[in-house]
Amino acid sequence: MTGAKVLLMMGCPEVPIQTSIALYLSHKLTKLGFDVTVAGTTAASKLLKVSDSDGYYVKKLVDLDKTIVDIIEKRTDFDMCFAFMHNDAGMTYATTMSSISQAMMYSIIFGRNAEALAETIEFDCEKIVAQDVHNPVRLKNKLDKVMEEIMK
Amino acid sequence: MSCIEQMKYQIHLERTSFKDARAYIEKNSDEVYYVSPGYKIFKDYYIIGIPPIAMGAKGNALIFPYTKPCHGSFVLSIDNEDSIKEINRLRETGKEKATTSAKKSKPAESSRASLTSYGICGKNEL
Repeated sequence: MTGAKVLLMMGCPEVPIQTSIALYLSHKLTKLGFDVTVAGTTAASKLLKVSDSDGYYVKKLVDLDKTIVDIIEKRTDFDMCFAFMHNDAGMTYATTMSSISQAMMYSIIFGRNAEALAETIEFDCEKIVAQDVHNPVRLKNKLDKVMEEIMK
Repeated sequence: MSCIEQMKYQIHLERTSFKDARAYIEKNSDEVYYVSPGYKIFKDYYIIGIPPIAMGAKGNALIFPYTKPCHGSFVLSIDNEDSIKEINRLRETGKEKATTSAKKSKPAESSRASLTSYGICGKNEL
């Protein structure tokens, strides 16, 4: 899987753990040899850009809507997609990605309604669920296990 | 920013779930067509949504879902020359295409379904 193209798809950054997990996952996957791109809304991207101003953890940061258009128009695609979601809109974006892309989907579901939101997902994906808002450790630990499985 | 936000539109439903947006379109349109995620309308807006995505026509107005990551889903309508073209395009492609599948279907496909075939009585339920 080394060299595979991975998309981290950030949604609304209202729930704090998204930014830290996106930075962590981007860095971890890059160190494992994956070609990682992070896509976000304007606000999510600015949070990431300020947190990682020298681009140490995130090498490629792109606009979410433009990336979706590029996939639809077949200008790009990915092998894996980690879709962050804590609300219905995030789940709707992830469903769209599942429909337009050939990527293997991983849904990162967090926030106070994470478990209920996870049940609404209708597309094929691996679900990583943590009912957390501020503390990213439980979600980080679950993602470490997912990355271990991917590297097997 | 897509061209939608620069057009004259009407908001019918705001900050709701995508499923509620779909239900609203199905119940409040004269005709309903179903498209896949990524279906393009008005030159540069690609529909974000959960298939089957309902697109409605009411008179010359196109009624469609619009999802924003931080604000949820909206139901918008646009009534102008371009909306007539979009409705005609849905009618034409709908006649030729089979019902849209829910997974891995082509973004540009659309399919037509009568309101009653989805168990909805349309205008009578308003």
